[in-house]
Amino acid sequence: MGEVLLTSRLKGERLELAASGSWTAAHADELETLVDSAATDATEARNVSIDMAGVREFDTFGAWLLERLSRAWSATGAKTEIIGMPQHDRNLLAEMHAVNQAPPRARARENRLIGALATVGRAGAEFGRNFMLFADMLGAVGAATVRVLARPHEFRFTSMVNQLDRVAWRAVPIIILITFLIGGIISQQGIFHFRKFGAELYSVDLVGILVLREIGVLIVAIMVAGRSGSSYTAELGSMKMREEIDALRTMGFDPVEVLILPRIIVLIIALPVLTFLGCMAALYGGGLVAWLYGGISPDIYLARLTEAISLTHFKVGMLKAPFMGLVIGVVACAEGLKVKGSAESLGLQTTASVVQSIFLVIVLDGLFAIFFASIGM
Amino acid sequence: MAQRPVIRVHELVVGFGDQIVLDHLSLEVREGEILGVVGASGSGKSVLLRTIIGLLPRRQGSIEVLGVDLARTSETERRALERRWGILFQQGALFSSLTVRENVQFPMRENLDLSPRLMDEMALAKLEMVGLTPEDVNKYPAELSGGMTKRVALARALALDPEIVFLDEPTSGLDPISAGDFDELIRTLQQTLGLTVFMVTHDLESLYTACDRVAALADGTIVAEGPLETMLECEHPWVRTYFKGKRGGLLADRQMSA
Repeated sequence: MGEVLLTSRLKGERLELAASGSWTAAHADELETLVDSAATDATEARNVSIDMAGVREFDTFGAWLLERLSRAWSATGAKTEIIGMPQHDRNLLAEMHAVNQAPPRARARENRLIGALATVGRAGAEFGRNFMLFADMLGAVGAATVRVLARPHEFRFTSMVNQLDRVAWRAVPIIILITFLIGGIISQQGIFHFRKFGAELYSVDLVGILVLREIGVLIVAIMVAGRSGSSYTAELGSMKMREEIDALRTMGFDPVEVLILPRIIVLIIALPVLTFLGCMAALYGGGLVAWLYGGISPDIYLARLTEAISLTHFKVGMLKAPFMGLVIGVVACAEGLKVKGSAESLGLQTTASVVQSIFLVIVLDGLFAIFFASIGM
Repeated sequence: MAQRPVIRVHELVVGFGDQIVLDHLSLEVREGEILGVVGASGSGKSVLLRTIIGLLPRRQGSIEVLGVDLARTSETERRALERRWGILFQQGALFSSLTVRENVQFPMRENLDLSPRLMDEMALAKLEMVGLTPEDVNKYPAELSGGMTKRVALARALALDPEIVFLDEPTSGLDPISAGDFDELIRTLQQTLGLTVFMVTHDLESLYTACDRVAALADGTIVAEGPLETMLECEHPWVRTYFKGKRGGLLADRQMSA
């Protein structure tokens, strides 16, 4: 390091440069500075000779910088001659002479205001496209269901059982644990705040109604969207990337019928089951906390619970579950099929799938709340 | 042959579980040559390549690359060594979230301290050397054809001006014309850049046009090594079938008449 790579001497109209040392990638940065200053310093020179005899190592980086130097002089009309260079390095230089002749055009700068407007417009169009895709997938699933109903023996039953194992059975422990904790927390909060009015017993109403109507199904749907929706998107996305879906289609199978329908049906079955288990776990957790923290004995808890809740509350929660399963499944599969070639797009679509399905689950819950309120349930 | 060996593999044993893939294999690659390694599918060609570049562990034996024993290197020495070789993976292994230009610039950005302008120019220079046009540089790998992917991967392998290039089936998946072009490209680059090339291949045509020497891998070891003529004379059953079989026969005839 620290060696002189390029020295120059000006003799009237003739500039003599002597290169030495390593003209390689490792020294490319210093070389570039030297080369650029040499090119701008002696602009009055009409004749330039570069002596490369002192160069020990020479690679494409050095060759390109030398080429850049001689191009700079050719542009000002000076004549450049390179001497003392072995034949092998000349070949490399000739190779470099051929490249970078037509640098790619810089991308046109766009107006910032127009750019911002375009971003908003694109986001709006994207939203519309997503909605269309969702509707499209829903329609395709509906059509596939009708086709399968006409020929039930063609339904992928094995695939469905396998999915059911992954989506429902293996989710049971985590769902029960989480809903148990949520039930306990609601109960504790209820007791803590109702105690000020001496109305601890009403915390049982709070737990019962909230869990059965809203929290149970919501927590389960969000868990399933994160757990199974993301895995559906990633699975279908990587199948798309590896052209497996195209292969299926060319063999005369409908990917919606083979891959997507069983998965969505599984979610429609799994969500009510998991919701039921989740609600029970939450009520159990609530009862346990009421007993240990609030001193409400299990007998009183159960008696109060039967008074506070009715079958309607339970039905409201359970009715919502299959629809949420459908929404999660449709979003996950539609996003999976949107994956393009890159690993990055797989990640993006998986994120989009989880975010969208959680968003839609909550919107759907709101719509159901309005619906049930207006029919008086 | 006075050239010093740049890769020296001695009594190498590699296995997975109970299965021994490479059994006391020895091989030398000389400076400035193109060595083609052939062998049946599953004979361990890619395993050999991956072991040399350190992706797979070995059980016994030694590997020396550019005079450095891979078993006795520190992390820094290894990294320095890795900068002196370039690898073209079978599927290209381009980073799918980076454009073609960024893929080629990636090794430069990580290992050298260059100005953005020089990096752009060098990336473009390397890409043009492997036969791409300036229009292609802003594309993403997903938008490239198979042949272009291989070319970009080669440009990335050459990004730091390596001394050795490892090619894992460079022509697989290409049509015969593109494959022929690619062989010629490797040959030209090898001559202008003074590379040593270690090439794993299935392609008889590549052996014929590109390689200086051939090593045949069978039964976990090198059964024949030398220029094509040596291969044609070899008595090992697999080598005979390979070079004298229906497809190899055509090549042998050409070799004789050439």
